[in-house]
Amino acid sequence: MIKNVFEGTVAYSQVMDENGKIDEQLFPKDVDDSMILEMYKKMAFARALDAKILSLQRQGRAVTYAPMVGQEATQVGAAMAMGPKDFLVPNFRQHGVFLAMGFPLEDIILGWRGYEESQKIPKDIRTLPIAVPVSTQMPHGAGVAYAQKYLKTGGAVLAWVGDGGTSEGDFYEAINFAGAKKVPMVTIIENNGWAISVPRGEQTGAQTLAQKAFAAGISGMQVDGNDVIGVYKAVKEALEAARSNNVPCVIECLTYRMSMHTTADDPGKYRLESDVAPWLPRDPILRVRKYLESKGLWDGAKEAALGEEQLKRINAAVEVAEQFKPDPKGMFDNVYSFMPEILQEELDAALAANWWQQAKEE
Amino acid sequence: MMMNMVTALNNAMDQILQSNEKAVVLGEDVGKDGGVFRVTDGLVKKYGPDRVIDTPLAESSIIGVAVGMSAAGMLPIPEIQFAGFMLLSFSQLVNHAARFRSRTRSSIPVPMIVRTPVSGGVRTLEHHSDSPEVYYSHIGGLVVVEPSTPYDAKGLMIKASRMQDPVVFLEPTKLYRLFKQEVPEDMYEVPIGKASTVREGNDLSIITHGTMVPVVKNAVEKKGVDAEIIDLRTINPLDEKAILDTARKTGRVIVVHEASLTFGPGAEIAARIAEKAMFDLKAPILRVASASLPYPFPGYENYYIPNELKVAQAIDKIMSV
Ligand SMILES: Cc1ncc(C[n+]2csc(CCOP(=O)(O)OP(=O)(O)O)c2C)c(N)n1
Ligand SMILES: [Mg+2]
Repeated sequence: MIKNVFEGTVAYSQVMDENGKIDEQLFPKDVDDSMILEMYKKMAFARALDAKILSLQRQGRAVTYAPMVGQEATQVGAAMAMGPKDFLVPNFRQHGVFLAMGFPLEDIILGWRGYEESQKIPKDIRTLPIAVPVSTQMPHGAGVAYAQKYLKTGGAVLAWVGDGGTSEGDFYEAINFAGAKKVPMVTIIENNGWAISVPRGEQTGAQTLAQKAFAAGISGMQVDGNDVIGVYKAVKEALEAARSNNVPCVIECLTYRMSMHTTADDPGKYRLESDVAPWLPRDPILRVRKYLESKGLWDGAKEAALGEEQLKRINAAVEVAEQFKPDPKGMFDNVYSFMPEILQEELDAALAANWWQQAKEE
Repeated sequence: MMMNMVTALNNAMDQILQSNEKAVVLGEDVGKDGGVFRVTDGLVKKYGPDRVIDTPLAESSIIGVAVGMSAAGMLPIPEIQFAGFMLLSFSQLVNHAARFRSRTRSSIPVPMIVRTPVSGGVRTLEHHSDSPEVYYSHIGGLVVVEPSTPYDAKGLMIKASRMQDPVVFLEPTKLYRLFKQEVPEDMYEVPIGKASTVREGNDLSIITHGTMVPVVKNAVEKKGVDAEIIDLRTINPLDEKAILDTARKTGRVIVVHEASLTFGPGAEIAARIAEKAMFDLKAPILRVASASLPYPFPGYENYYIPNELKVAQAIDKIMSV
């Protein structure tokens, strides 16, 4: 006897296509033109910030930087779908999400200048710090979701991972926990096509990353990750289901890493211009601009004014970040809830011997 | 031929792959990209993707797969992209790679060379600068080496490829391209378990390894003291004889390492000297190390890693006794 015991399908959705045309049937009711305008501005801001940090890095004014250009719709769309009680569990390339959540701009920049003080999370921003070890944040996501449920906060979790990150054990373990314990965790797979030099197709034999959800007993879907409205809609609905019924799910956002992996990377080693070219017309910002222009809501003059205003804000924040004075004592003060005597001794020795003076001059 | 550490390691792996068809390289971005530090550059072109394997992004499986390959008769040379991410494969290394020989009474040894860049000083992001030599040295069954020169890097790699043990091969990022050196083109071995004397001296001994070797050399040169400098090269098994010999010779010992002070490699070295050469000492042993803290973000790393001044002050202190 043979019978089918499991079937799963992965749906792909898109609300706004690359020409700025809307699928009226899918268009979410809570979105209006003023909100689309806000999405546009936030995406433009993320891109401007990205360009700025990249240029700071090139001038030696920032550390190794991971650009997010091209991925603005996934990040801004998802961030705008979050409710006030929802919690973000990021990986490391989500500065667009931070920005859209209202994380202080100067702290985002300070982070790329290489100081822990940038990760001091403001009380009103519900996020964990960035996680550099790929996918290791995913179980935290399941844990925060468990806590949301247990503590009855009424909030859900938006856990974030890249396409490459879905190969790690931590990814599978986290979504499995979420499925087994029914906790309110929505996982965003920001599929930008690459994990450094390894293309998505070589990362796994699975046809989609979304289908990995099925093995965890939860649902998985794909959305055009360059469609800010589509991402917003998918994440909004998923978070609502998570909040109200503790339904976890996985949303794979199909986007593209338009730039290098980080400033330490040379994509010329492993990909061609022709790999990137098809993604140029699919730009997430361009299509919204087309839409806004077709509605008479946007034009060149507005674009120029916006660019100028955003750059001014960014430059002001850079100035603040660059005035930050590191205090090496902070390294010692934040290791334990108390100061062990033997650590105090190391601190006293460092102060007495003036090592930090020379270190500063180096 | 003049080589830096990257080219010396690349050359060693090239020759291992050439001479041993059971050898394979595997890891994240080791193929087309040539590794994020280019240590495996060009190897996939020469040996193909079945022998230079771009793995999925999953460290536990990189080492676990290597254990399986090795148990079945291959010689895997896995690369873990940065030492911080090797912790994701810690279980495979400690629970399996280290123990296979002893628990099968040597019937299934698992030779492999696990390469990873270590230590800081190059302003990398969080988790890219750790000095993890003691984590692995604490585990019986793992060999731990850390070259500080291109010559030693190639020779240790060749030697490791001819051993029947899992070797953790730590490569100091800061030294990858710091300088070039004459490196023989033929295959040669640098013994594992043997320290090298970088500089002979009579007044004091400085025992060090990895990134701290050039720092110590500079500090000694600037001070103009007659110091003996020992580069461990192998962390485990420790060259106890070299350590005791130099301790007995000068009677003054400073241990310098980038790994943090508490429970660092200096503790083991100092303990062995205390046990076996205590009465030959003229002064208490000193340790110069990073503070006992998590490795900081890059903005703070200059305040964390021992610098020449710190070494010089230790020299003054030990000579004043
Ligand atoms: C556990 C771990 N292994 C390796 C790395 C090095 N590394 C940083 S990002 C990256 C690729 C990540 O790819 P993906 O998950 O698709 O995210 P993306 O970089 O594309 O945003 C790698 C291998 C790391 N940070 N953490
Ligand atoms: Mg990716």
